[in-house]
Amino acid sequence: MNTPGNLKYSKTHEWVKTEGGLTEIGITDFAQDALGDLVFVNLPEAGDTLSVGEAFADVESVKAVSDIYSPVSGTVAEVNDSLLDSPESINSDPYGAWFIRASDVTATEDLMDAEAYEAFCEEEAAKE
Amino acid sequence: MKTVFEWGAPGRRCTILPALDVEEQLPEAPLRDAAPRLPEMSETEVSRHYTELAGQVFGVNNGFYPLGSCTMKYNPSVNEEMARLPGFTGVHPLQEDETVQGCLSVLRTAEEYLCEVTGMDAVTFQPAAGAHGEFTGLLLIKSYHTERGDLKRTKMIVPDSAHGTNPATATMCGYDVVNLASGADGLVDLEALRAAVGEDTAGLMLTNPNTCGLFEKDILEITKIIHEAGGLVYYDGANLNGIIGVARPGDMGFDCVHMNLHKTFSTPHGGGGPGSGPVGCKEFLAKYLPGHRVTGDTGALRRERAEQCLGDMRAFDGNFLVVVRALTYLLMLGKEGLPEISKNAVLNANYMMSQLKDVYPMAFDDNVYHEFVITMEQSVKRGGVSAMDIAKTLLDHGMHPPTMYFPLIVHEALMVEPTETESKETLDEVIRVMKEIHEEAQRDPESIKASPKKAPIGRPDEVTAARNPIIRYRFGEETN
Repeated sequence: MNTPGNLKYSKTHEWVKTEGGLTEIGITDFAQDALGDLVFVNLPEAGDTLSVGEAFADVESVKAVSDIYSPVSGTVAEVNDSLLDSPESINSDPYGAWFIRASDVTATEDLMDAEAYEAFCEEEAAKE
Repeated sequence: MKTVFEWGAPGRRCTILPALDVEEQLPEAPLRDAAPRLPEMSETEVSRHYTELAGQVFGVNNGFYPLGSCTMKYNPSVNEEMARLPGFTGVHPLQEDETVQGCLSVLRTAEEYLCEVTGMDAVTFQPAAGAHGEFTGLLLIKSYHTERGDLKRTKMIVPDSAHGTNPATATMCGYDVVNLASGADGLVDLEALRAAVGEDTAGLMLTNPNTCGLFEKDILEITKIIHEAGGLVYYDGANLNGIIGVARPGDMGFDCVHMNLHKTFSTPHGGGGPGSGPVGCKEFLAKYLPGHRVTGDTGALRRERAEQCLGDMRAFDGNFLVVVRALTYLLMLGKEGLPEISKNAVLNANYMMSQLKDVYPMAFDDNVYHEFVITMEQSVKRGGVSAMDIAKTLLDHGMHPPTMYFPLIVHEALMVEPTETESKETLDEVIRVMKEIHEEAQRDPESIKASPKKAPIGRPDEVTAARNPIIRYRFGEETN
């Protein structure tokens, strides 16, 4: 499992990168592996409001549709529309395939660093 | 096999039409630029094409079909006999009520019996299938809150074991879905439910027995919690086969229900059915029912709009001939026969489960109702065979696979619903085959992973099919 050290992670398996005033959000390697090959993505629109813990996008594999939850409250500034045509890039490059960039972030849930997230995933895997 | 476009030849026909003997008068505007590219075939070719297609279909008439939560029971042929009576097939829904008294009597009698079975007070037959019924049921709930001016109720609670159609239906109705996590026992967690309800609760959607095959033993408390919060409770009838004739949603506190005639009431299912998803409700919701209600006395029955009818969900009176089949089934079984459905469905599921649980890990080690859920998660973690591999191997044994990868709360799930129409001999044969597959999976997992070997199609590439679907014939074009 690939868990870059420069990112922060949520319990619902999103990664967060803050850079140049914007907060980039995607899903982790653990998440894409658990979901399997993705075939469809639903994305929000620029200007949409984000709330901590609420779904802002969903992804579809051949097995199921899963919600993607926002780790921040704020506004959608940019959307990675290229995912719509190539959902497979989330599988092949989960940390390059960002979903959205958020601005005006007013709240962020408690996020984990890479080490804590890896431990969290191991715990999750053992529980099941 | 060839597609229909690969048969025939230009100009070939099934029949010879007489020459046109009236003046051709077609307005220019709607005319196509080019003629549609339709298949041109002789009757012989049409017949052979469809016979070949039929040979590739697998239905419950071919063999064991344990598709969990789908209740693929045998459809008695007497249903077909009744549905083909000319008095039913030769009528038009726009005929005057006086001329279709028999048909109206069918609707009225079926309504009465389905009310008795579910503990409801009124039924509409308009919904064409289960999800359509869900939508209708939630519109009844929405009409109730709206009429009371209770507009703050924007949330619909749906357990995470529910059918995917439940959250989809709630969203279609404009509700925000509150996903309720199940307890470790696969049942609704009462504390989580209490924490989820509030002044914004419009209702709860629940199926009982649930998709894990388990009876929600706290159902009276569950419906009480929702009612005390001011919400209503919707019963998803997907699993009615597990309790029919023995317990009734109406007695459990549900306010409205849908039934799948194509599951529980033995009408054709799959391949276009057509389905039928009548919705029943308690008296206080009946005034919103869509379509027409049959009222009046025998011999003078008439179709009437309900007082505050929410509109039409579908044209006319729904899939009427499906109702004829379901009523036939009810009349053939009668009050005495009805409980035999659920009792034998439950017995068959528990028998299979008890015979298989030593070799296949069960998701919930408890007595079940009409279906049980196997989990292949540990096998997959060890690098062994998956639920998909088992399902594909069953094809080689002439059986339809169980439902796979559902419910979502069980990983690597195989959800088995044998139904009451299978004999002990059939179940024993399935048990033998499944044990044999298990043994082979231990000895030679690669062989199982390479299944099916005898089916017309091996393992379709589902990912490519979903990412790059080709949904029409390409007439020699590049298919990239």
